[in-house]
Order: sequence, then C-alpha cells, then structure tokens
Amino acid sequence: MTHILVTAKLVPDLVEELEIAESGTALDMTWLRLIINEFDDHAIEQAIILKERSGCEVTVIAPDQEGMDDVLFTAAAKGADRIIKLVGDFEEGVNNHALARTLAASTKEIGPDLILTGVQGNDDFDGSVGPYLAEYLGMTYVGYVAGVTLEGDKAIVHKEYPGGLIAELEVTLPAVLGIQAAEQPPRYVAVSKVRQMMKEASIDEVDVLDLDPSGGLEISSMYLPEAAERAEMLDGDEEEIAARLVEIFKEIGVV
Amino acid sequence: MNNDIYVVIEHLRGQVADISYIMLAAARDLAQVTGGEVVGVLLGQDVKALADNLAADKVLYGEDAALAEFTSDAYQLALAGLISENEPRAVFFGSTTIGTDVAGVLSARLDLPLVSSCLKIADGVIVSQICGGKIMAESGLADTTTFITVIPGGYKPEEGQGGPPEVTPVSVTVADLKVALKKYIEPEVADVDITKEDVLIAIGRGIQTEDNIELAEELGELLGGAVCASRPIVDQGWLPTARMVGKSGQIVKPKLYLALGISGAPEHAEGMVEAENIIAINIDPGAPIFDVAKYGAEVDLFDLIDPLIEALEEAR
Amino acid sequence: MAANEVSHSPSFTKTFYESLFDFADGENIKACLQCASCSGACPFGYLMDFPPGRMIAWMRAGIFDEVMDTDTVWMCISCYACTEVCPKDIPLTPGLMTRAKEELLLAGNVPTELQSALEFSQRYGNPLGESPRKRADWAKDLQPEVPIMRKAKRPVDVLWFVGDYPSYHPRVQQSTIALYKVLNALGIDYGILGPEENSDGDTQRLAGEKGLFEMLAEKNGKAFSRYEFNEIITTDPHAYNAIKNEYPQLGIEYPVKHFTEFLAERLDDLKPLLKGNGEVKVTYHDPCYLGRANKVYDQPRALLEAIPGVELVEMSHNRTTSLCCGGGGGGMWLDGFQWEKAHVRLSEWRVSEAVTAGADVLAVACPYEPPRFEDAAKMVEGAGNLAVKDIAELLADAMEG
Repeated sequence: MTHILVTAKLVPDLVEELEIAESGTALDMTWLRLIINEFDDHAIEQAIILKERSGCEVTVIAPDQEGMDDVLFTAAAKGADRIIKLVGDFEEGVNNHALARTLAASTKEIGPDLILTGVQGNDDFDGSVGPYLAEYLGMTYVGYVAGVTLEGDKAIVHKEYPGGLIAELEVTLPAVLGIQAAEQPPRYVAVSKVRQMMKEASIDEVDVLDLDPSGGLEISSMYLPEAAERAEMLDGDEEEIAARLVEIFKEIGVV
Repeated sequence: MNNDIYVVIEHLRGQVADISYIMLAAARDLAQVTGGEVVGVLLGQDVKALADNLAADKVLYGEDAALAEFTSDAYQLALAGLISENEPRAVFFGSTTIGTDVAGVLSARLDLPLVSSCLKIADGVIVSQICGGKIMAESGLADTTTFITVIPGGYKPEEGQGGPPEVTPVSVTVADLKVALKKYIEPEVADVDITKEDVLIAIGRGIQTEDNIELAEELGELLGGAVCASRPIVDQGWLPTARMVGKSGQIVKPKLYLALGISGAPEHAEGMVEAENIIAINIDPGAPIFDVAKYGAEVDLFDLIDPLIEALEEAR
Repeated sequence: MAANEVSHSPSFTKTFYESLFDFADGENIKACLQCASCSGACPFGYLMDFPPGRMIAWMRAGIFDEVMDTDTVWMCISCYACTEVCPKDIPLTPGLMTRAKEELLLAGNVPTELQSALEFSQRYGNPLGESPRKRADWAKDLQPEVPIMRKAKRPVDVLWFVGDYPSYHPRVQQSTIALYKVLNALGIDYGILGPEENSDGDTQRLAGEKGLFEMLAEKNGKAFSRYEFNEIITTDPHAYNAIKNEYPQLGIEYPVKHFTEFLAERLDDLKPLLKGNGEVKVTYHDPCYLGRANKVYDQPRALLEAIPGVELVEMSHNRTTSLCCGGGGGGMWLDGFQWEKAHVRLSEWRVSEAVTAGADVLAVACPYEPPRFEDAAKMVEGAGNLAVKDIAELLADAMEG
C-alpha cells in the first residue's frame, strides 16, 4: 500500500493586523494568531482523496505550534491514519530550511512513498518547505501541483502554469509534491467529529533536539508597508471627471 | 566567487516570461553595487533567439534535448553544474511555477542560502514582501552565492528589455531524469477568464437593468478589457458565474478595476482588493468601495458613462 | 459537495427517528396526520424533494436514507412556519429539520458558502471571518464610551450581548449605534463583552452544526461567568433564542430579554424622550425568532406606536404568519445555493408586501434584516422610497426629532 506523508505548518492569520517585534527584525509573536497554511490544508485533502480512491495510508506530520493539535485532530477526523507532532523549540518560529531538516530526519524512519506539502506559506522568507525536504531526502520535487493520480511507482501529476495551461507529468516515486490545490476544496468536518477524535485518536510525539536554520538569510529590518488611504476623490462635472479618468487610464498604461 | 549576477531566464512554449525581464532589471540594480555583470542563463533547445531581447551583458546558453520543455529535475541538474563551476555573486529565479521548482532544491543541494519574494533591490539591499503584502523584510547578500526569488511589482518588464546580448554556448549535463512531460493540457476556452484580464469593468446592482450591461461592455471594448460583476448580477442570470468577483467568485488582480455602481461590501471586496488600480464610481459617498479604491468619483454612473466613452474614443 | 456519502445502514432510519423523541414534545411525531399543512406553510416547500410531512412518511416506510441523498433540505430556513401550523404540535423546525441538517453535515454534504461561515465561526467566533479583536471596534469613537466588562471592572445592571452582524456588518452597526443611543438616553447601566463575546451559535445550530454551537455557547458561558450583572439583553433575536432556550440545557442560565422587550418595559421613561419626525406609515416585520419561536409580537409594536406621528400598518403576512427574510437556519450563508434552486428571494417578496401595505418605512428588529431588505428594495418595483429601519434606529431618530 502506498504510504503518503503530509507535512503541515501554521502561518500568520492575515485577518489580524500584523505587528513588528521591538527588535525590528521579526513579527511580534505575542499578537500573532496562527492558522493552518491553506496550501497544507489542500495537501491534506489531496492525500485523503488519494486514500479514498486508491487505498493509501496517510500520515500527517507537523511542528508543535499553538493550535496544531486541533489541526492534527481535524486531519484525523478527515481520515488520516496517523498524526505526528514534532516537539521542540518552535514557539518563536523557525525558517523552512530548519523545519525541512527536522522533517527529513523524522521522515526517514516513516519511509513514505509520496510526500505532499503546501507549495508555499504566506510567511515564507527562505523559500518553501517542499524543495528542501525533497533534497534532504534525495527525492524528486515538483511544485504547483493541482491533481495527483497514482500508477504503481509513478505519480501522474498536473502542474499549473500561468494562463490556465497544465502540464501532465509522470513523476517517479519517491517524490515530494508541492500542492497548489487539491482536486476539491478541503472538506468540512463537523466539530463533534473532531471532538470525538480528540477522545479516540492520539498524537505521536517526536522530540526534536536542535534546529539548524542555515541556508536562510538574516533579516536586517522588518516593517509594515505604507498604509493605503481612502480614494482620492475626483471633482468637477461629468465631463471633467471623464477627462481626468482618461488621464489616469493613460498613467496606468491601459490606454 | 565572482561579482556577476545570474538570472535564470524563464520561458514557456517559445515565449520569454515577463518575470525574466523583471529579474534582469533587479539584477542590474544589484550588479551596480557588486560591480559585476548581469548574466542571463538560458536553457532549452532551439531557443537561442529568445536571448535577443534580454537586457543582459551576456547570456549563457545551455542546449539539450532534455531541456526542450521545462521539467524540475532537468533544470536542477543543468543549473547545479553551471552555478558551482562559476560561483556567481547571486542567482535570480522567478517566484513562479518554474523558478520555485528549482531554486529551493539547489539551495539545499549546493548548501547556498536563499531569500524569497524579493520585490526590489534598493542600494544593494534585498527588499522582500511577505505575509500577503502586509510585511516588508530586508536582507543583504550572504558571504556566498545567494539565491533570490523574485515577485513582480517592483520593476516593469520593459526595464529588463534590450540587447541583443552576446550569447555563449555552455555545456550542460542532464541525465537520469525522474520527471517526464507527458503532454500539455490547454485551458478550456470558456467565455472569458476574468482572472487573466488586465482591465476589468465591474458592475453591481447600480447597473439596474440587464440592457445597461451593454454600456459596460462598450467601455470594456474601448479599454481592452472584460466585464465582471458582483453577486446580484450573476444571481439575476445577467452574466455567467465565471464572471463573478468576490467571496464565492473569482479573485482578480487586474491593472485596472473600474467599479461601476458597486458598493464594495466585504463579500465583494475580498475578490478585488489586490487589483493594482481600483477606480470606483458610485453615487453614495459612504460606499465602502471608496476605502479600497485609489480614485473615486461620487456621480451617477449613467451620467458619467457617455462622456467617458466619448473621451476614450477621442483619446484613441 | 464532499466525497463521502451518507451512511446507509439499515438501522439508520430507526436511530434517526428515535433521536427525534429527545426534543420537547418530540414524541408528537408519532401522531403526524400527513395533512401536509407543513409543506403548504413552508415558503420553500414547493422546492423541497422532502418537505417535513413527506420526510415523516418516508421514515415510517423505513426508507429515510433517500431523504439524505438530496440537498433540498438546505432550503429550510428554520423559520418555524411549519411548526406554527402543525395541528399535532410536532417540533418540526427544532427537531426534524435541524436533525436532518446535522446528518447531512456529518456526512460532509455541505454547500461551500455554508462551509466557510462555519469554518469562520470555529476560527474567529463569528461567521463573517472578522478579527475577534475588532469585535468592539464599532464603539471605538463613541462618546460617552461603551463600557467593556474587562476594562470596566465593575458590576453592571445589564449585559448587552451585541451579536455578530451588529458588531461587524457596516449597515447593521448603524442600528447598533442607535440602540447605544437609546440605552444611554434611558440611563441604563450596561456593559458589553467586546472581544470576549462569541457568536451566539444559534444559526449554526439550526444549520446542523450542534458541536460548533456547543463550543461557542461554552465560550460565551465562560465569559458570562466572569462578570456580575443582573440580566442579559440581546440585539439579535437568534441570540435571544439561544440564551433563553438552548444555553440552559448546557447549564448556562441567565435571565435574558430581547431589546424590544426590555425597552417596552420602560415605555413610560421612553415616551417623553420621543419627539417624532412627522407623519409616517410604518409596517413591522416580525422576525421568526422573536415572533413564532418566542411569541414576542406586541412589544415591538408598542415601541413603534409610542413614536409620535407613526401610523402602524400591517402586511398581509404578520405575527404568526410572518414571512421569513430568508436569512435563518443558515439561509444567511446559503444565498447563492438557494438562489440557484429557487430563483426567487423571500426578502423581495417581503419588501413587495411592505409596498402593497403602503408603508414608508419597513421596521425590523433582527440584524439579518436591514442589509437583506435594503438589497431587496433595490430590485423590487415601487420600493425605491421604502426605508428599512431597525426599531432602535426609529427610536433614536425620534429622540433627535
């Protein structure tokens, strides 16, 4: 049976205002609300779809961040067979090089045939997790994937290009795929099902001793972009407004 | 290590992608600080002519049958050799479906650092935009070859066009591939894909009747764009669902989003706030659309459309 | 639709049927006459593959599974119209229809729009997906300040449960601020929970998400227990219904009033403050969860009649026969889905009734309604001059004269 591993992480929730820490080089973690990286959520969905279609075994692995237990139990309620949490010093955030190194170390023992992960995360500053994980494990990497079918030791993968063009690729396993979108949007799980899973399922914990962030650059300064303002209102009668609009169209370069 | 800045040229089906020109413009800014040359790296088969319009000091051209179409592992192998042999100061990749398949793997394989989402280079500083555009982060080049992935927005493609540069063939080794292109699947030709339009004329309830949509379409033709709508218009069956912008519709980021009679309820705004230029026409000065728009006019759209169409026709 | 199917175990019909006995008067279902009054009274009954009566018939035949294969249960807006007319007093809305939605939801058969409202409720404690920290932002620039319990650090007479749409929706915020003015004018000693307040969860419950309802209720219950107050008032009839009828089952018991009840008790203090704004014909829309579900019909009308110059006229559907705005039972988050099925909007139907009644103002008392009816008024012929106003807004306006 094909064994699929999904890696997930939490990212800043952009619904909230983000603030910069006193150091001026990082996000203020005290005010940060974390949510699952939406692309990882799609990766979980794609794995469950493959399980339903081809009878795979699905394991979800993720670093211990505030709120991760809910994410893992939700994955279990959707159909993941095993959920694993990496326990270590993740609270202040780690870069993707470090995260990929620890994931790779734990993954070697699990021995999956296929790894699915979100193609990116909104806080990625040193690239995304998938390519590093692939390289550390000596696996092949393909990103921007929307659609996976398993055929023996191959995966038939749909990779998205701009403009709606899709490349159908044959990827020899083992491989890491960076998921852009699952074949259907992540399903809804009733809260009662998740709560039931909290009673029935357990999270396996793996201790992580050291995190090696080398490969990422140091941030020398972090700041908020200048705030957007309310629209500049155009005055005058309709003819004058029309004339001003045409000027603006020219400035923008659409006329 | 030398001071040259490499740019991995992206192209698909015989076309150089705009991100390649944008990267060349960024690389020029960085090369002026490092004192090296801007070097385009072009991989493929029978695509030498694609170098002609690149604003690079020179172009390294690696040709191989296995590079005829982009696949991640073929590009990784070809570039790994070139980069470790030549040790440039920095290598630019697009933060794209092509560039991100290659850059990260090479960072791990060659143990070289990578910084992503670079919007521009300012006095040698790499300025990145992360967290959905809500955060700016700056960094400097590492002591080794540094990989930089670039997002659009900081430079215009024209700034990276020029040439033709001198083209130097280089040998590349590509073997033992694990990824094979089986075929391309063309996008469905369904009506209009509003996510791909540079100009969108958006209509809401303020358009009042189905017949009035013609007015918006006329504007759309003059501006070379398409008409999209907020939910009620689609619910009415006046436009197909594929034209809907917002929460349960499309997310669009055109150059120009001209909103006619749209109040800008959060459900709609969610799909269009990232448009480069939002211009709102609404009779109601309190309409929330004016909070997200760059320009606004508080007039009855039916009084404005005719003069606007006239003014546009004159301008052409 | 999600991929997994509803389980078709042979005992499913039986288990489901018996689970309905747990509701108050639940066993009345055994006495169903198959009179079809429910299907006739339901504003969307003609579109449902299985209106309540037929659902019961299928259950009796032991083939309830088929009911679960359709998605037209999602047309139910939990408006109590069927329950109101049932001659055998079967709890059709709170029992049968809500349980049916629960089963669909457990099976993952959830329309996408509803799914995101439920996900937002889970994540942010409100169905709009807004930041919980901004829940009291509507009050930010108001003077005098709105007391937020955590900062006020003192007991209050009345805890004002503001609600989701009253806190976040730009149009409904205007009604909220109007109610703030009325409470201040009456010198009420009140406070709000601000960021500690969560969605009341009632509409999520009626959309089949019982677990989510319980989670939200527990959070609100915890917040209530932190502070001292004598009673709760709510802006939203759904919150009123939840705190009055559902929270006590979870051990969260507090006296609660809808603001119209609360103000009607203070009519003597209120009347001298109302100056009026000239002659105006007002019609009142009974919200389902104030009227049919909780039998509050007279207090809102008494408030309107207290405004000098107001002539109250009734629409053809009023009081027990009131017509739902379409937002209940998850309808608020199923607009697109229901439009595709029905190609009519209940809100437009209701607005044309207001026009026919000759009203200048359509008065409402539920936060779902101002945006729904105002949108509808743009589409309904002859409704161009119809104003949609919350009772709180009419009172606040009348105070300013």
